[in-house]
Amino acid sequence: MAKTLFQKVWEAHTVRQLPNGQTQLFIGTHLIHEVTSPQAFGMLRDLGLKVKYPQRTFATVDHIVPTNELKEPYSDPIAQEMIEALRKNTKDFGIRFFDTNTGTQGIVHMVGPEQGITQPGTTIACGDSHTATHGAFGAIAFGIGTTQVRDVLATQTLALSALKVRRIEVNGQLSPGVYAKDVILHIIRVLGVNGGIGYAYEYAGTTFDGFSLEERMTVCNMSIEGGARCGYVNPDQKTFDYIKGKPYAPKAADWDAAVARWASFASDAGCRYDDVVKFNAAEIRPTVTWGITPGQAIFIDEKMPALETLNAADRATAEDAYKHMKLAPDTAIKGTKVDVCFLGSCTNGRISDLREVAKYLKGRKVSPNVKAIVVPGSQLTAIQAVHEGLDKIYIEAGFEWRGAGCSMCLAMNPDKLVGDQLCASSSNRNFKGRQGSQTGRTILMSPLMVAAAAITGQVTDAREVFTV
Amino acid sequence: MSLAKVTQVKGLALAVPGDDIDTDRIIPARFLRCVTFDGLGEHAFRDERTGPDGLERPHPMNSAQAARIAAAKQGVMVVGFNFGCGSSREHAPQSLWRFGFTAFVGGSFAEIFFGNSTTLGVPCLTLSKDDLAECDAFVRANPEVELTVDVQNLVVTAGAKSWKASIAASARDGLINGKWDPIADLLEGAPAVDQTAGTLAYVVGK
Ligand code: SF4
Repeated sequence: MAKTLFQKVWEAHTVRQLPNGQTQLFIGTHLIHEVTSPQAFGMLRDLGLKVKYPQRTFATVDHIVPTNELKEPYSDPIAQEMIEALRKNTKDFGIRFFDTNTGTQGIVHMVGPEQGITQPGTTIACGDSHTATHGAFGAIAFGIGTTQVRDVLATQTLALSALKVRRIEVNGQLSPGVYAKDVILHIIRVLGVNGGIGYAYEYAGTTFDGFSLEERMTVCNMSIEGGARCGYVNPDQKTFDYIKGKPYAPKAADWDAAVARWASFASDAGCRYDDVVKFNAAEIRPTVTWGITPGQAIFIDEKMPALETLNAADRATAEDAYKHMKLAPDTAIKGTKVDVCFLGSCTNGRISDLREVAKYLKGRKVSPNVKAIVVPGSQLTAIQAVHEGLDKIYIEAGFEWRGAGCSMCLAMNPDKLVGDQLCASSSNRNFKGRQGSQTGRTILMSPLMVAAAAITGQVTDAREVFTV
Repeated sequence: MSLAKVTQVKGLALAVPGDDIDTDRIIPARFLRCVTFDGLGEHAFRDERTGPDGLERPHPMNSAQAARIAAAKQGVMVVGFNFGCGSSREHAPQSLWRFGFTAFVGGSFAEIFFGNSTTLGVPCLTLSKDDLAECDAFVRANPEVELTVDVQNLVVTAGAKSWKASIAASARDGLINGKWDPIADLLEGAPAVDQTAGTLAYVVGK
């Protein structure tokens, strides 16, 4: 019988049926970070349990790491306490920790792929909702709560119910200046922020075939913003090429067998999907959010929706959004003044993002009214970028060049909005207060759109600022 | 490990309106800077309850009703659709539970929030859109009437009113049988786990 990748991976990792009807699913790869793991280790100790497969859990530190402070102790004592707790927990239980002094630390969803830990046909769990990022490699990867982190540590399994699979096909060529970020913002806009509840999203079509692994990661990363706990792209030659030679990639003698196995996990032709949705890449334009959920998005050259055009439920959220964003319905978003520009995060903090923007940034200057920061998502990315001289291009243009971490994606480190500052951001969430100020405002967009906002000091169409 | 059987939850109810209420709103990220869940209860919905000026804002969580629920350490939150979306932080249900909420009734729940709550023994029951509107209105008009969230019989009742409710069968099963924390079952499967591990090339190191 023809099967989806989801079904094949699920079956390969099924341990047994639990009495309540759920599946006990083997989690081959477990990633942890400092925010959602300390309580799990606490529970483990309370129960007198050990880590069952310490070699299958990998740790890094990302959320609380200050990006402009290299020396410890950090000025925030709580951040210091959290990093030390992770050091102790990983040491006590024999878990590999990609610590700040190793040159390999970074956002957890960047470290896995960079190390070759993220592989096709595997199950990956992490106490972080953006774990679907790893689905770009054809893994079934999802975010879990802290008690489930405990479950994986103690048993290397989770109690789960299978998901339905929705195939999201995007076909055709994206226009110049339109990126993977626009694709996922558009998908969420159309299918809604809760459209994916109960589903795994399989992203496919010629647009995805043409995407690099990093572009695929950008899309899979935001599956959760569309309500889908997990999203994936079927593995192909690009996937195998990306993994080859990475520290945790299969060694030469095992390589061919690994590739054959990985390829066998791809969804079969003619398999049944619970739903299929198709998009035409040529119709997607640069997309920006205007509200407080990632689904409240428009093409840059559209007007924000008039309240009358929305149904009752959407209208209430929209009214709340307009009030918070200090924006007016039925007006253009283009021209909205921007205070802060943030280029980074596990959505768009990779080397390809930094390269793409740098290409256009040469010789341009950040507006004097804007604070612009660029935060490589990982130390390896930062090292590579410096090696290519990208840091100089950013600094020359007026960006602050920072160390690796989550930074202004969320308010757990010193990078925060102040008051009602408006931030053009390459991250993934525009929730109220997300960037550290209760009244702070976030507009999500692609990295190049962030750069265009930085230069002009306003929300603008990157295609008019740069020759794309 | 023996756990309480959660067949029904009874308590005063608080309506917290709005759809797509994300976990950043339920517990702002700065309160995640901690290594235990202790003390999270007082920060539930902090930025909705307190303005940037430090003053209290009108919010259901600031009401006398919320204070009664906090004192009783028992109560039901009536919410909208897609409640608990966004970040996977278990800190969100932990903070509401520590505040005093022992059940949720709503239109729909984000999956991770639902799972995190169930693992705490806190049921999330779903009502139809119309029933939810009626339940919500009833709760506001009759704050003194206790709500009964019957997980066993899948019904929410208040006074003479009752609404048909639903919840994923596996969650219901776990709650009513005192097996909402799956750890015991998972540990029991250890031999089968090792067997599965042995069939996975990447786990055995290839
Ligand atoms: S960059 Fe943002 S979304 Fe990604 S892991 Fe860090 S905080 Fe979460």
